[in-house]
Amino acid sequence: MSYFELMGFGPKGWGLLLLKATGMTVAVSCVAFGLGSAVGALIAWARIQGSRTLKLGAEAYTTVLRGIPDLLVIYLLYFGGSAAMTAVGHALGAEGFVGVNAFASGAIAVGIISGAYQSEIFRGAFGAIARGELEAARAVGMSGRLLFRRIVVPQTLRFAIPGLGNVWQLALKESALISVVGLTEILRQAQVGAGSTRQPFAFFITAAALYLMLSSISGWGFQKAEALGMRGVRRS
Amino acid sequence: MDFDFLGDTLVKLLGGVPLLLQLAAFSIAAGALLAALLALMRLSGNALFDAAARGYVFVFRGTPLLVQIFLIYYGLGQFPEIRESFAWPFLRQPYWCAMLALTLNTAAYSSEIIRSGILSVPFGQIEAARACGMSRSLVFRRITVPQGLRVALPAYGNEIILMTRATALASVITLMEVTGIASKIISETFRAVEVFICAGAIYLLINFAISRGIALLERRLSPQFGSAPAPTAIPKLAR
Repeated sequence: MSYFELMGFGPKGWGLLLLKATGMTVAVSCVAFGLGSAVGALIAWARIQGSRTLKLGAEAYTTVLRGIPDLLVIYLLYFGGSAAMTAVGHALGAEGFVGVNAFASGAIAVGIISGAYQSEIFRGAFGAIARGELEAARAVGMSGRLLFRRIVVPQTLRFAIPGLGNVWQLALKESALISVVGLTEILRQAQVGAGSTRQPFAFFITAAALYLMLSSISGWGFQKAEALGMRGVRRS
Repeated sequence: MDFDFLGDTLVKLLGGVPLLLQLAAFSIAAGALLAALLALMRLSGNALFDAAARGYVFVFRGTPLLVQIFLIYYGLGQFPEIRESFAWPFLRQPYWCAMLALTLNTAAYSSEIIRSGILSVPFGQIEAARACGMSRSLVFRRITVPQGLRVALPAYGNEIILMTRATALASVITLMEVTGIASKIISETFRAVEVFICAGAIYLLINFAISRGIALLERRLSPQFGSAPAPTAIPKLAR
């Protein structure tokens, strides 16, 4: 069977399955990235405004999650979560092993790692806001909340776009690691295909091409977003 | 907390450290050579070399490291030409496949760091050196490289730490380094939290040692500043 028959949408082709798996990769990466934004915003806030203990805790969070392998975090959430679920199940009278959902545990794992990176991006972007703007907002009598909503958030987001683009690419690539706990995303589907057709190179090169496609499209999207965000800024 | 189990696990995990260090050290060293070549290709001004290096960086930065590892370890065996070639005794071993994948991967990231380091050297200095009568290669050796290295060092240190972290993926193709041993203990005992604490501590300790080393080197290489200047190389990107 030729390569194109193998990857096509015919009766023996793997095209549809790979397409579905691509959808799964996008879905799990999006959920993880969104989670990471929420975590990142909280951690950045703790590092900018928090008390001394909060600052220290936030710093430890980013150091630890950026220093240990992502695979370990995925294992921790999947097996740790499953062990906890099994214990709860036994307490309620259920028998045997209860596994957690690979999608949920994987998305949370990639999300908390992404959060560590995003907190640094948000912190840097906040630092790029001109201090005079914050003072001016105070001077016209804005309350803290209004200042945050009207001045801090829009400006931080604008400066954060390039960095967030990088972190998104990271989450996209880290999502491939969720295949080790059995989520059927691109890499897992490619492994299944490679195993049953004995054409591993064909499947893994296709997986690589799919990832390249996703990262190119999203890279282009972030470029557009950056241009849109910076349209009011004069540059030399 | 069960301290006997923690201690026992820590001892078992430490057995994986030599393999981890081997993987990291070899791939970083070989990757640096390849990266220097790629950076020179980018800066050569030759359109063909430039496009080739650009394509390489695009492909290796745009795909997950795990896909690259699988492609080399499982994928290459599909071709009888490779199975019968001289390289097969190496490519059939997970050890060398992991080395190769890590090397190719880090070369793509490092080449961008080296390139931005070289580009950071002010053109006026190169002009001045040329005006003094230095040859191009002498300018490169005496002016560009020492200053470019200094600028690239913080970002490169970051890349070294990321590579140390990335060696964990070798466990997926059966190599028993720290993460491989950790996942084995987890699947035997289901005590993910304790094992995670031990393995995490090992990685953090190694990273800490590396970042101290890099900071020391930074200080040594910039005596005129007293302390390290702010990093100016491109922002890092993990895989």
